[in-house]
Amino acid sequence: MSDRIFGGVGVILALIFAWQATVIEESFLSDAVGPKAFPLIIAAVLGLSSLYFLLKPDAEPTWPTFGRVAEIGLAVAVMVAYAIMLPELGFVIATALAATYLTWRLGTAPVQSIIVGVLTSVGIYVVFHLILGLSLAKGPFGF
Amino acid sequence: METLASLGDGFFIAITWQNLLLAFMGCFLGTIMGALPGLGPSNGVAILIPLAFTLGLGATPALILLTSVYYGAMYGGRISSILLNIPGDEPAMMTCLDGYPMAKAGRAGEALALSGIASFFGSFFATWGLVLLAPQLVKVALWFGPAEYFALFTLAFATLGGISSTNQAKSAFAAALGLGLAMVGIDTQTGVPRFTFGEVHLYDGIDFLVAIVGLFALSEVFVFLEHGNLKRDSAAPKMKIGKIVPSLSLVKSCIPTMFRTTGLGFIAGVLPGAGASLGSFISYSMEKRLVDKEGTFGTGDPRGVAAPEAGNNAAAGGALVPMLALGVPGSGTTAVLLAVLLALNITPGPLLFTQNPDVVWGLIAALFIANFMLLAMNIPMVGLFTRVLLVPPRILMPVVAMVSFVGIYGISGSSFDLLVMIAFGVLGWVLRKLDVPLVPIILGTLLGNAMESNLRRAITIDNGNWGTLIDSPLSILLWSIAAIGFILPIIFGKMMKRRMRMARDEEGAIQD
Repeated sequence: MSDRIFGGVGVILALIFAWQATVIEESFLSDAVGPKAFPLIIAAVLGLSSLYFLLKPDAEPTWPTFGRVAEIGLAVAVMVAYAIMLPELGFVIATALAATYLTWRLGTAPVQSIIVGVLTSVGIYVVFHLILGLSLAKGPFGF
Repeated sequence: METLASLGDGFFIAITWQNLLLAFMGCFLGTIMGALPGLGPSNGVAILIPLAFTLGLGATPALILLTSVYYGAMYGGRISSILLNIPGDEPAMMTCLDGYPMAKAGRAGEALALSGIASFFGSFFATWGLVLLAPQLVKVALWFGPAEYFALFTLAFATLGGISSTNQAKSAFAAALGLGLAMVGIDTQTGVPRFTFGEVHLYDGIDFLVAIVGLFALSEVFVFLEHGNLKRDSAAPKMKIGKIVPSLSLVKSCIPTMFRTTGLGFIAGVLPGAGASLGSFISYSMEKRLVDKEGTFGTGDPRGVAAPEAGNNAAAGGALVPMLALGVPGSGTTAVLLAVLLALNITPGPLLFTQNPDVVWGLIAALFIANFMLLAMNIPMVGLFTRVLLVPPRILMPVVAMVSFVGIYGISGSSFDLLVMIAFGVLGWVLRKLDVPLVPIILGTLLGNAMESNLRRAITIDNGNWGTLIDSPLSILLWSIAAIGFILPIIFGKMMKRRMRMARDEEGAIQD
């Protein structure tokens, strides 16, 4: 079933891609092929291959339980929050929070997670910023 | 002779304090990444690219660092295979078969030392192979026109999937997806925006570094999250390592094996679509068939340890040949290395050898040096790396995630790129679940624009005649190989893959 859904998504994707390719505005100065042809070839390959596993799906993969999917979803949410908050909070604080969360969810005890998270953040800061001189996000406190 | 002179020049370039230090760092980090299950050569190199880039390293130093990581990971993978029976990365899975039984019999030290020697043997001669073969391939490549290049790119995609997926339709899907992603942005030839939906961030196209780090490194984090509580803390080797010096007679008895598998692994590496995993697999299988008269393979036969290790290291060297000479990588990690070159505005391929000989030969010379460093690190100092295995994934994976963020943020300083990277991470996880190979996606995003411009150039030169694509014997040859390479795995692939997967890393497919 997964492959059929995936194939369906693929076919739709191919159709959207082909449609978007046809609406590319061509400039008056164009080569013999133009900007549309290659994307249309790609759309064809995309569509045909999706059609293949839509009709002939592989064995079902072992999907994780709902709880595990939620776990991944939450981790994604934390990462998105991290990406957005990074310029606001500064590198060290944001990274410590995100690393603590991930370490905790991967099965470390809560207190230990905080220690590991802070150490990860400070460690990366020292190595990449202080030693290697990479510019990291500066927060209100300058780190 | 000319080649040797160039190589000599290469050594002058490679032997600077900076380059030697980078090679050393690369070897060290690479061995660690190889040894740790969950980090392999391709995602290890992937998270380091943005760093090499933001540090402002030049082309040669950046390549020296990252290729040393690649070579190092090939050495490191065996450590956890032997001590824990968990391959540190995919190419090392065959080493489990005889390495772990040897360790259980109290010969862990010998197995580590022997496999270290085999690794050195494989990569040392493969680097010579690279020196000799790459310039020849460059000569062939000089005959290539745009039509032949287009056929060559198609060939790369057609053969790449055969190894990495059980379903050719899925590898075709992956390639098309990658190529489609490459189309986003301003069309280089006519200047019209394509697939940007009016979003200004997309006008430059999708940064392939963001895609690579998301697909390779971040998806690995999700794989670990999926499996949840990783209480496997005590993964630490309880094994007594024993003496690390193998007897001379043991090494001697393995020399014929090492010779054969080095050759085989190198060829497997050069061929498009086959990487180090295949190199170690066919090396082991061939040796088993050839010398395993008493049925000792799989029970701790030293030759069964030497064969896959020489094979995968030789394949790593071999895989660099098409990447450098043609600009068409044949494996996951070399695709990632191609990204480095492209990010530094260097076009690999035959012109690289004439325009930037310092990059090529400096890199090759550095590989020779790195090899000796790796030999030193992996035999006398192997105890150090076994201690690295004490770091549990529950601490390691967050570090991987955070370093990925640092690298991408370092390049652009934009939260938008981080969000795109997260999206690629999720996409990578879903596609891995569905058994869609990730390497063709990466290759597609990397090569998409070059592939299209070759197509358009070929047809424009011939006044809009599409028949020009199959006009020369060379391109017909390339198209036929592509067709065979795509169809053959459909017939034979299933059987081989089943055998390969028997010893596979459960945690996820870390491609070489």
